[in-house]
Amino acid sequence: MQFVESRFPRSHLITLAVLAFVTLAIVPLAYSNGIIANHDLQRYGKYLCWAVLATSLNLLWGYTGLLCLGQCVFFGLGGYAFGMYLMLNVGVDPVYKTSLPDFMDFLGYTELPPHWKPFENLGFAMAAVIWVPGVMALIFGFLAFRSRITGVYFAIMTQALTFVAWILFLRNEFTFGGNNGFTDFKKILGANLYSHPHTSTNGKELLFFILSALLLIATISLMISLTRTRFGKVQRAIRDSENRVRFSGYCTENFKLFIFTLAGIIAGIAGALWLPQAGGINGDVFFPRESLWVVVWVAVGGRGTIWGPVIGAILINALKSWAQREYENTWILILGGIFLVIVIFLPGGIASLGKKLPKWFRICRDWIEAFMATRKKKVDPKEGGEGTS
Amino acid sequence: MRILGSIVTLLLLAIPGLPAATFSGSTEVREKLAEAVISAEEKQIQILEDLIETGDPFISKVLTAWRRGELFLIEHEGSTIPALLENADSKEPVKVFILESGEVLKDKSGKELTVIPSRQKTAETTRTLRTQFKKTIDLLGISDPDPKLREKAAFKLGSRADPEYFAALMDRAAIEKKPRVLKKLKEGMAISQLSIGDEKQKVEAAAKLGELRSIGALDRLKKIVSEQEKLAENEKNNDLISEATRAIKTIEDYKGWVDRGETVFRGINYGAVLLIVSLGLAITFGLMGVINMAHGEMIAIGGYSAYVMQKWMTGLYGDEALQWYFLLAIPFAFLTAATAGLLLERSVIRFLYRRPLESLLATWAVSMILQQCFRLYFGAANVQVNSPDWLIGSVSLGDMAFNYNRLFVIVFAAIIVLGTWFLMSKTPLGLSIRAVMQNRDMAASIGIRASRVRIVTFAFGSGLAGLAGCFLSQIDNVGPEVGSKYIIDSFMVVVSGGVGNLFGTVTAALGIGTADRMLEAWSDSPVVGKVLVLSTIIVFLQVRPGGLFAAKSRSLD
Repeated sequence: MQFVESRFPRSHLITLAVLAFVTLAIVPLAYSNGIIANHDLQRYGKYLCWAVLATSLNLLWGYTGLLCLGQCVFFGLGGYAFGMYLMLNVGVDPVYKTSLPDFMDFLGYTELPPHWKPFENLGFAMAAVIWVPGVMALIFGFLAFRSRITGVYFAIMTQALTFVAWILFLRNEFTFGGNNGFTDFKKILGANLYSHPHTSTNGKELLFFILSALLLIATISLMISLTRTRFGKVQRAIRDSENRVRFSGYCTENFKLFIFTLAGIIAGIAGALWLPQAGGINGDVFFPRESLWVVVWVAVGGRGTIWGPVIGAILINALKSWAQREYENTWILILGGIFLVIVIFLPGGIASLGKKLPKWFRICRDWIEAFMATRKKKVDPKEGGEGTS
Repeated sequence: MRILGSIVTLLLLAIPGLPAATFSGSTEVREKLAEAVISAEEKQIQILEDLIETGDPFISKVLTAWRRGELFLIEHEGSTIPALLENADSKEPVKVFILESGEVLKDKSGKELTVIPSRQKTAETTRTLRTQFKKTIDLLGISDPDPKLREKAAFKLGSRADPEYFAALMDRAAIEKKPRVLKKLKEGMAISQLSIGDEKQKVEAAAKLGELRSIGALDRLKKIVSEQEKLAENEKNNDLISEATRAIKTIEDYKGWVDRGETVFRGINYGAVLLIVSLGLAITFGLMGVINMAHGEMIAIGGYSAYVMQKWMTGLYGDEALQWYFLLAIPFAFLTAATAGLLLERSVIRFLYRRPLESLLATWAVSMILQQCFRLYFGAANVQVNSPDWLIGSVSLGDMAFNYNRLFVIVFAAIIVLGTWFLMSKTPLGLSIRAVMQNRDMAASIGIRASRVRIVTFAFGSGLAGLAGCFLSQIDNVGPEVGSKYIIDSFMVVVSGGVGNLFGTVTAALGIGTADRMLEAWSDSPVVGKVLVLSTIIVFLQVRPGGLFAAKSRSLD
């Protein structure tokens, strides 16, 4: 395949290596020496999962031109699927004396609903993390792409999808904890999930951090290699002009469906790894605003670039957690303002700063030079006049 | 503006008079009441019995005050005067209204006297007397001048199943003129008969109730049937059982229709709400292709405008302004939201006409910022927007009740749709709007000022959203998140109606509204209804990807 750049470019390889070194060597080392606290490690782990989520949206929006305003649906479904396993491992609780999840106890269940039963098995739950979001994406994508819903309409339909999920998951009757959701996880495969400094039990925080890092590295590698294949070329061609691709004889629907499902699965896995580090999930993960935030990460970082969304996700979340602490009331104004400016004046996001800055610099320089020149012209004769007198 | 001014004047004139009007009542009644207050118990009961015949609602007022201990015995110049006070809870001195004459108590020089309520003696009551009060008030109800109150009282008295009340109902039925009240009187009598009549009368009453389709009697009929079923075989009144069962069936059928009618009304009402909120979007999104996620915040601006106007007007003219401020709030909301839309267009959207997906993101950022501004300025809690009296209450058709404010929303939706249609298809401005929206460059080259038309169109669409917010303030809460509640629904309406088609928007709004409420009634859960509606829209778009009325075009992107 000569027409495809098959070599893994060196710059990406170096960046990947740096990422791997930092997340798989430096951070674990710092953690085991007590430099990084438990909750900080969990926070970094969450950032990594969000970076994966942003990358999955980038695959859709940046490389295929499908703006999905409901990426959190798949993220949340993955989280819920894994959460079901964790909820069944909380042990006998002291108040109700049953091993059912708490919310089932106070909703008056006496035994597990049938669709919960298989989730006692970790293998099944892990498979569900993949197939539940995958099937959901497949069905929705099939319906949407078959009727050629594109562009803005696709965005609005995905927003409706996440809205439906939101109102469903907030209901108690839906058997997924309603407003309370899943929380208070304790064990995985009999081992403690979280460390307790007082009882000096060791948890699995580091394991989930490393898994998140591996997932991010794997996703990025997949993205890089995907964009270098013929598939990736068709994908970008769909983004730039779908009709031309279709007229060239490609069935663009199938390409889009495959990418949509793949992005859904990646988001689902990210959600599953995010859940134990976040400590809980409820229906609000499906609130339309959450998915819009993911779009913000990608847009600010730079869509259509490999690293932009990763930077965007980490940067915006770090900024958010800092601003929320420092400016309780106005942080949203600050963040919204930054986002607004980036969307209008820097459509390529932070990743395009490298190209834009010299250009801006040139424009500024030209402008200043022109300004100085006009000033000189105005001043010159006067000076000349003074000189002669 | 002149028309508006005259409407305001008219409304000002229509405002009911001062509280003193409550102390009316004929002189004869007043004298009797005043006599009753200072008589002995037997005489009091006698007088109260006699008073029932007068049918004066003033009596109920006095008796209610008496029972609550708000009828006072004022010692004045050596005599005891039964009187009502201006405000019985007040801690300050208040005016005294003499019961007998209805006039304000004055001293010899003609100066009005005031007393502190808590220091005055109140008229005593006994248990027998209080029972008599209740009876008198009940019986007075069916001769109240207000037919609505008469209807209520007739049904209430009937449900008591008291022979004495039954007689009163019968007397009243003989002279009642209003057919609706007469129906209620008959209903009340039949309900009484069910309990107090002999076996034959009971059967007749059950038949009568079925004939009258009395929804209120349904529970009682059911109870009678179940009681009869429990009896031994020889004690059963089989006629009654069969008659009552038949009546129950008739009434339940009828009730089903009433419920269905009300559901349809609620659906149309919700459709009208959807229509109002999505009409602005049909213009900004449908015609201009701008995904304005801040549309919801334009709605909120409209709601807050109503609130601000209410605050200003009550600040300037006192509580009376609550009756008419809303008429000023309507244009105010439109102008405020239109101005906001204009600013938004100039500052953000004009950069993004060629990048629709990014206009979505930018306007979302704007919506987030605006929402936070509302929260900082007006507080996170909902603000209180009062409805004028003329929007409270309901009109009933048979057993169906329609609230005025809901009817008002429907009428209003019709008005703004007609207005928008007129503007779009019958005015030069509408012509240039349509031209610019169809092909901007072409329109510009034949001399239409395209960018100016865009500003006007966007401001108009935002103004419509403001109007929507102003009306939502009457039926919903106004808070920072009022807009985001409706934004997804309105996008659904515009998409499924067919983008760029007002008629499609109207059809889709009414269709989705009615379907939503019907599914909600059918499934007994608002969530199932909503989920079903949204899934139906997704499936519907499979059949008609362009919406109900898709614009036909040969162009390809």
